[in-house]
Amino acid sequence: MAEYLLEMDNICKSYYGTKVLTDVKLALKPGEIHAIIGENGAGKSTLMNILFGMPVIHSTGGCEGEIFIDGQPVEIKSPLQAMDLGIGMVHQEFMLLPNYTVTENIKLNRETRKENLVSRLFGKNLETLDYKSMNADARKALDSLDIGIEEYTRVAGLPVGYMQFTEIAREIDKSNTRMMVFDEPTAVLTESEASNLLDAMRKIAERGIAILFITHRLDEVMEVADYITVLRDGRLVGTMRKEDATIYGLAELMVGRKVEKLFNRKSRVNFEDVAVRIKNLTVNMPGERVRGLTLDVYRGEIFGIGGLAGQGKIGVANGVMGLYPSQGSVVINNDDLTLNDPRESMKRGMAFLSEDRRGVGLLLDSSVELNIVITTMQNKGLFMKKLGPLTQIDGSKVREHSQKLIKDLDIRCTGPTQPVKRLSGGNQQKVCIARALTLKPDILFVSEPTRGIDIGAKQRVLETLLRLNEEMGMTIIITSSELAELRSICDRIAIVSGGKVAGILQPDASDVDFGLLMAGQIDRKGA
Amino acid sequence: MKDNPKLNRDPGHAVKKKVTSFLTNNMVTIMFVVLSLLAFQVSGMNSNLYITDIVSRISRNSFTVLALIIPVIAGMGLNFSIIVGAMAAQAVIIYVTHWGVPGFAGIMLCVALVTPLSILLGYLTGHLFNRVKGQEMITGLIFGYFAMGIYTFIFLQLVGGVLPMDNEVLVLSSGVGIRTTIDLYGGLRYGLDDLFRLPLPVMLIIAGLIAAGYQLFIFMRSDRLKAQRFNMIIGIAGSLLVVVLAIVLMNSNSLIRLISIPVATWLAIIALCFFLFFFTKTKLGQDMRSVGQDRHIAAVSGINVDRVRVIAIIMSTVLASWGHIIFLQNMGAWSTYGSHMQIGFYAIAAILIGGATVTRATIGQALLGVFLFHTLFIVAPAAGRELFGDAQIGEYFRVFVAFGVIGVTLAMHAWKTKLQSNQGIRAIKDE
Repeated sequence: MAEYLLEMDNICKSYYGTKVLTDVKLALKPGEIHAIIGENGAGKSTLMNILFGMPVIHSTGGCEGEIFIDGQPVEIKSPLQAMDLGIGMVHQEFMLLPNYTVTENIKLNRETRKENLVSRLFGKNLETLDYKSMNADARKALDSLDIGIEEYTRVAGLPVGYMQFTEIAREIDKSNTRMMVFDEPTAVLTESEASNLLDAMRKIAERGIAILFITHRLDEVMEVADYITVLRDGRLVGTMRKEDATIYGLAELMVGRKVEKLFNRKSRVNFEDVAVRIKNLTVNMPGERVRGLTLDVYRGEIFGIGGLAGQGKIGVANGVMGLYPSQGSVVINNDDLTLNDPRESMKRGMAFLSEDRRGVGLLLDSSVELNIVITTMQNKGLFMKKLGPLTQIDGSKVREHSQKLIKDLDIRCTGPTQPVKRLSGGNQQKVCIARALTLKPDILFVSEPTRGIDIGAKQRVLETLLRLNEEMGMTIIITSSELAELRSICDRIAIVSGGKVAGILQPDASDVDFGLLMAGQIDRKGA
Repeated sequence: MKDNPKLNRDPGHAVKKKVTSFLTNNMVTIMFVVLSLLAFQVSGMNSNLYITDIVSRISRNSFTVLALIIPVIAGMGLNFSIIVGAMAAQAVIIYVTHWGVPGFAGIMLCVALVTPLSILLGYLTGHLFNRVKGQEMITGLIFGYFAMGIYTFIFLQLVGGVLPMDNEVLVLSSGVGIRTTIDLYGGLRYGLDDLFRLPLPVMLIIAGLIAAGYQLFIFMRSDRLKAQRFNMIIGIAGSLLVVVLAIVLMNSNSLIRLISIPVATWLAIIALCFFLFFFTKTKLGQDMRSVGQDRHIAAVSGINVDRVRVIAIIMSTVLASWGHIIFLQNMGAWSTYGSHMQIGFYAIAAILIGGATVTRATIGQALLGVFLFHTLFIVAPAAGRELFGDAQIGEYFRVFVAFGVIGVTLAMHAWKTKLQSNQGIRAIKDE
């Protein structure tokens, strides 16, 4: 038997010409807990998708490099094959059927069966399920994790932590499981649930099952991992034993990149004049909850909101704009804002570029010009003409206005009447910007402005935002997962963790500071 | 979703909530019980007549309605394409009648011929449905109309012409096409029903004794706890009460005692109920439940989703075709070009009235639905005559109700789904 259970060698993968993984190596011994850490987009999920043979890899042209299991080269083409090889996956979003009991979920498609009269005549598919032995197996798997869930309760209504354990128990119950992948398992758990989970991981490892632990919580890594691999921008930046690692060192490795100050701008911030004062804001945006966040943004500032996925950074703008139910106090230009009312938010001079460009941001089948004016039309009654009792769109005004913006923002399209869905991501984003500008806002919220846009277009979108700030004095609040982008144009950057501001940093603050704040180590507050 | 203790703060609130949820969940069924009771009152109908009629209608219709359950389990909604199975049954019956095979032998021949035919049709339907996942119901409806076009073309244009059929009774006087009404009298009529008949009281006595024996059997196999003993005694007492009432009935001069029960047909229905019950406990049944809950998760766990769905539709089509044979042999005279449509829509209306939804259907709901639906069918014309002096009004009313109920329950299902997702959001907020 080879020394390593799993070896991945020189793995490369690109999506549509963009390299997301370059020469990544990984080696895993039986019974070892191996943590893989990195920012969002560092390539962790892609690496795991390759290991698990997910269809998304093969439908985008496969990957390069070699995978060895027990020293034998293998090619993993489907999740089913991965399971056969003894790879178990604990998914981030649960693969559980809510109307089934814990047992039925653990035994999903691996049910124990008994023969009966009908099955002898018509084949194995009509064998009866043997609930007694299924329950016993489930009990055994749950007991090995020290979890007291009753195996006969229905999964619907179980606390999230228990659902996670049900998934883990399923993998343990598979007799051939030799390696388990935990994909950010603690992201959705409370603190005590998370510590139970870490205990369970140690127990599993003691049984000789190797664990790949994907996370960005550094304290957890230090607690359970034997080996740590750090990925950044699809490259391997470090592999070390836990004994050789420190939280600071890991944080620096995780974030570390030279900050290119792409733009030279003189700050126009007036630190006397608060444009947006958020106090104790709670936003119920599923997956991005904000829990009592407090923040001041000054007039003329470009303010960045960063942080890891799921920590609530996206929720801030969505809450202030009234798109998700929120509570708390928001003061705009020294006047209280009525929350949960998108129209009110727009009337008060705010506009929003949603992170969900194709879902919330655009009417995909409609023309460029309609997309540019529709929000203003709905909210301010502009671009309309009255025809007796009927209100009509004022076509010539719309055309004139949209042509001007198409020229100003350099939106590449065949003309104002082209459907937006035919445009590229970058140009779609510009249409969104054009629409926001039509509202004539003095405060602009921008969420993930460069997501899904190629590098050249990214630059232009950021330039546009910068110009708006400088020429029109617009206050801009950018939420982005890409720290580098925030650091290149923002005056100040708040890092959101656990639904609160973990700290506010200058763009030129050190990588360690950013890394620690993002990983939720709130022991140092930046200024 | 997290457990939310805050939602059940005070017990009164909880009870109120339970009552409300019971009412909203069973709105259609409750509405029909009330409607049927009112119509029954107004019609002043003789209960002997009613019972005779309802017994024969239940035995005629239940099998087809039960055929709808399996696709619901597999998450494919109400199978509007059962009319394809019904058409297959009619095609076979036309030929068996033409060949002149009467009685039970004829019925068996029909079953033998229709089974492979409906397996083929179900296979095709299933593959069609796999291409339109999520829109099975509307597709099934349109596919039914499409199949009807082919059916009509074959039996109105081809038979007698391209497909020679020399039969003065069946074929139109022009020599081409089947007549619009076919009478099975002297042929397949009562082929299954007349195999074995027993008077209603005797049947009740047998059923009561079997139920009592079953209760005892269950008790003997259980742990014989106090509560179980109590249940057993209540159960046996109830069953024996039925026996006593049946004996009383037998010796009375009520007309009900003369109702004769088609035992073979009832046995077929009971056998199907048992099969469905057994089926949900098998591997294939479990796969269907898994697929019905979430196709994606089922697929990731290695279940062949498409195959399971095709099997569900095949089973439903075959059962529907058998059910339609049972239906037609009891009816005797039937409409060549309309009967299948009627059975399809009425079966779906019936199961919905019983409280089934697009995502959940049980044997009990199917049987209750048949009972309620046909009760309204029997009493509505009489009630119409009493109220408006015209039985036709009641007739219109029941057709209106049958289609109305399909529309309303589908709309209510959509509404309820939306309501539930809103509740989910509220629960998170309270967290």
